Amino acid sequence: MSKFEFPPSIKSRPVWGTLEARAGKHHLMIADAEGAEAILGIATPELMANTHIIYIPAGTDYAARLSALKPAQFYEGPSYAAAVTRIQRVLQDAHMGLQVYLTGTEGLMGQAMHEAMQAGIPHTAIQTEHRGSVARRMQCVHCKGITENVETDPFVCSHCGLNLFVRDHYSRRLAAYQGVCIDAEDPGNVPEPKGIYE
Amino acid sequence: MSGAEKIAVRVTDITPLNELVTRFRFEPVNGGLLPTFSGGAHTVVEMRDGDITRMNPYSLMSDPFDRSAYTISVRRDDEGRGGSKFMHTRVKVGDEMIVSNPVNLFSLDLRAKKHLMIAGGIGITPFLAQIKQLDRAHGNWELHYACRSEALGSYVDYLTTTHPNDVSVYYDDQGQAIDLDSLLDGQPLGTHIYVCGPKGMIEWVRGKAAEMGWPREAVHYEEFLAPQPGKPFEVKLAISNKVIQVGEQESLLEAIERAGVDAPYLCRGGACGQCETNVVQAEGEILHRDHWLEDDEKASDTKIMPCVSRFEGKTLVLDR
Repeated sequence: MSKFEFPPSIKSRPVWGTLEARAGKHHLMIADAEGAEAILGIATPELMANTHIIYIPAGTDYAARLSALKPAQFYEGPSYAAAVTRIQRVLQDAHMGLQVYLTGTEGLMGQAMHEAMQAGIPHTAIQTEHRGSVARRMQCVHCKGITENVETDPFVCSHCGLNLFVRDHYSRRLAAYQGVCIDAEDPGNVPEPKGIYE
Repeated sequence: MSGAEKIAVRVTDITPLNELVTRFRFEPVNGGLLPTFSGGAHTVVEMRDGDITRMNPYSLMSDPFDRSAYTISVRRDDEGRGGSKFMHTRVKVGDEMIVSNPVNLFSLDLRAKKHLMIAGGIGITPFLAQIKQLDRAHGNWELHYACRSEALGSYVDYLTTTHPNDVSVYYDDQGQAIDLDSLLDGQPLGTHIYVCGPKGMIEWVRGKAAEMGWPREAVHYEEFLAPQPGKPFEVKLAISNKVIQVGEQESLLEAIERAGVDAPYLCRGGACGQCETNVVQAEGEILHRDHWLEDDEKASDTKIMPCVSRFEGKTLVLDR
């Protein structure tokens, strides 16, 4: 089961959608892990004929099934960091009429959305669908360091070591949620970490 | 007091451009500087014609950074309700008039990597101000301008002399037309379209862009609807407890104002949404003419835009 119903939250929290095939000259699909399922769900031969898929398996085994869709171009990379220069290059050469589809974890969608926005696509025109892990990409508001794949609240900043409370306050520019020191007033008084949505 | 703040101005220049279009220059009566504006903004010009006060929106076409004067270009419409005709035949150099502070419902999206402008006829006016604004910021733009004939091509000479590489002109009477498919195909990512012209042209461009996968947010358009004349009708204003008559040549909004009831407005052309009014009761047909309300809202007859829409039937009661 790769779908998760996020509880309602503050306005800052991104609301992810459901992918649909849209009219367009070209299609760029960027996915990680279970995001592959969302692509498999909308793929048709006509759509794939003009589609470039950039996929990060992150330990899953969907890559062969995506490649079997016969997209115009298929790239499989070991990490988002490895794929980002390709994403930037594709966007740099792209023309209006390009449709962008992002699916998988929030960290992947947020970072790829930042690139697409930088390239001039309005964020409201970028399609998204969350699949797979609900782990978050967090920024420590104190040291500004990013900790990837945060699954518990609170958690320890991987840069400065502070105990951070996981907020729903999101930055589209940083593609990260904000983590704030939870024991600043009373150092050492840290609640037991639990799953973010528990 | 509804609408944007008012400015007393004097007409300091009237320049006929061709058979249909005349340019007017307004300077503040009290000297001083006018409020600055952004390219695409319009001003609402008040025309006092005996007992009737008409208020028509016109795009500002002067340099947005020139605060000494505003200029507008008015196309004479002999079939209309007389606003443009009043400007053409009754306004003289030296006259004092009232205009509103600028309001922009057609602004440039400055996040765009490129601005692709498409103008039809008198729809050229907002682009003249936008081009001046973009040139100051070294913006990337191109203009495609369709007009009926060389004789009616307002500002063609100016545009093609100052920007020979960025402006393409198409004359209907010479069988020239914008090749929209080729124009939209291959535009760099981050291009925004701006279209101002007749309704048919706006729909054509919006339809083609949507078909080719352009995001709705990257397609900007402006079409001022002039209120159309129609059969006179009676309206009851529930809050002010007044029954008013709307004349054949008058809009519902104008009739409400004439009755001394303060009603909100900005564009007076069915675009901005400011004058949206709740309908308490309607026995008859509301003739919706705006492009603000959604289709289901229009069908439900619970709202009306009094600046352009009318009514035919027995009873109309408004929450005003």
